[in-house]
Amino acid sequence: MFVIMAILTGAIYAVAFYLMLARTALRLIFGLLLLAHAANLLIFTAGGLLRARPAIVPPGADAPPPGYADPIPQALILTAIVISFAVLAFAAVLVRREYDISGTDDTEEMHPNGS
Amino acid sequence: MLSPLATACLCLLVAHYTRRRAAIAIAGAAGLLAAAVSLFASVWTEGTQVLYVGGWAAPYGITLVADVFAVLMVLVAAMIHLVVSIYSWATVDLRRHRYGYFTFLNVMLMGVCGAFLTGDLFNLYVWFEVMLMGSFVLLVLGSQRAQLEAGLKYVALSLLSSALFLAGVGIFYGIAHTLNMAHLSERLALAAESDPWLVTSASLLLLLAFGIKAAIVPLHFWLPDRYHAPPPVVNAIFAALLTKTGVYAMVRVFTLVLPPSDYLFGLLGIMAGLTMVVGVLGAVSQMHIRRILSVHIISQIGYMIMGVALLGAPDPSTRRLAVAAAIFYIVHNMLVKTNLVLLSGTIRAFAGTEHLSRLGGLITAKPIIAALFLVSALSLAGLPPSSGFWAKLGILQAGFHAEAYVLTATALCVGLLTLLSMIKIWSEVFWKPAPEEQADAAHVAVSAASVLLLGPIALLVLLSVVIGLHPQPLLTVTDRASAELLDRENYIAAVRNANGGFHAATLAEGVTP
Repeated sequence: MFVIMAILTGAIYAVAFYLMLARTALRLIFGLLLLAHAANLLIFTAGGLLRARPAIVPPGADAPPPGYADPIPQALILTAIVISFAVLAFAAVLVRREYDISGTDDTEEMHPNGS
Repeated sequence: MLSPLATACLCLLVAHYTRRRAAIAIAGAAGLLAAAVSLFASVWTEGTQVLYVGGWAAPYGITLVADVFAVLMVLVAAMIHLVVSIYSWATVDLRRHRYGYFTFLNVMLMGVCGAFLTGDLFNLYVWFEVMLMGSFVLLVLGSQRAQLEAGLKYVALSLLSSALFLAGVGIFYGIAHTLNMAHLSERLALAAESDPWLVTSASLLLLLAFGIKAAIVPLHFWLPDRYHAPPPVVNAIFAALLTKTGVYAMVRVFTLVLPPSDYLFGLLGIMAGLTMVVGVLGAVSQMHIRRILSVHIISQIGYMIMGVALLGAPDPSTRRLAVAAAIFYIVHNMLVKTNLVLLSGTIRAFAGTEHLSRLGGLITAKPIIAALFLVSALSLAGLPPSSGFWAKLGILQAGFHAEAYVLTATALCVGLLTLLSMIKIWSEVFWKPAPEEQADAAHVAVSAASVLLLGPIALLVLLSVVIGLHPQPLLTVTDRASAELLDRENYIAAVRNANGGFHAATLAEGVTP
């Protein structure tokens, strides 16, 4: 499982960087999206993969029963997802605005002094 | 130990960021400054202050830690925030006000202060994002084509650096199962013994992420465009805060969290040298005031990174000197750079252009601006009597003590080139006779707004000169900050203080709130 996750993460990173190198702004956005996902998967994998119960404290007890999964990576990923969602929404609007003004989504042609 | 002052400082930012009126923003900035001063006073007399947000003890909950270095940075940031707020009052147009200019300015400040004060690696990431969101909006506010273009590049690069940072954090969590910086420091030192390269490669991810934020060569290419596009005020606050936050994170992480590694410090030394040289050469070749200043930021960052790189020195007193000098340099640079960028904004307001070939004769038309510029420019180049002299002296001294002669010689030459580029602005803008078409424009009647334009600048110049003439207080502060930074045990002990030591377990092994 660990190996599969590692390969998957690497593959997503590769695709993300490939997309980010493209000239089209839309591909750039998708690249960033995948990059954020890859980072999240990395945290998830590095935090330790195990088959376990969620860390929920039963009523009356002051600790969850043993054999639960580490909730911190999940919390981190949740936070990271929310943040990347917000930033990507902003980036998408920015690209749209650029398209309105410059009439192109080619990052080379967007440059005011460019072709 | 609860620190009500740290709370006050952050609450202030949170509480007033929705108000839009300039007056409220300025009052808020003054309030932040007051909070920063009182926080500084309490840290100075009582030592490091720690606040556990939400009442969860370290290492589980998020911790805010204010040591001398952090609080000094907050203090300077608050000062610049106040100055820039006053300046914005006069220069930012109505449209930007309506779209919440001050709101985002304050959001950004909140992120910056949070990043300075946090004691948790993941929390640092969150504060970085808060800061970046604020800066994204400030950058594109106004929707001019150049701004949007710069904005897209900046957003993409910031996201890239954040993703790298996040990956580094993830790996550190995988190694140490904690994110609290103090706790991480202890555990990474153990991990580095058994598996040094895993720790080093994760550290490199962090170095890369902070390097992009701080614009170190070869990660600097995005900076000139971005800083040049928005209006001068925005440019000023970016110049003062954003890259310096990257440098701050680097200093913090290298002194506290990461186990010392000669490989990393050597790499940093080379990067510092390159950064200084590339930055200053870029600046000498530009013909636009604000472009010169923007490219210059890169070379200045080089000096600060040099201070961090000298941490690799074997002798502890040299290390202390180097870090103290780097801190002094950061403080000096934040003040002077803001000032010069604001001045270029003022020149534009008076003369209508910032292009060197179209300016001239301002020494007779606007002697006050000329005098203010002269002092700040000399300060940037590192001539006495100004703060720049002491900052540069400290760095060079540390360089000689560490026997890093190549790096030190580079720093000296770059200082000379800095002077050259400043003289270039001086002779083109002020000294040479005004070009024909400009002669009238330079005499445009200036209203009461000029007090708002020049007041903040004069204040910063005064501060720089006072530091230059009487550097001892700041030297003492930076020396103590540096001593605290190098003494990891002190920081760790302060964080640990309240709950009598870190729980031996991590969350994976069971925890009670």
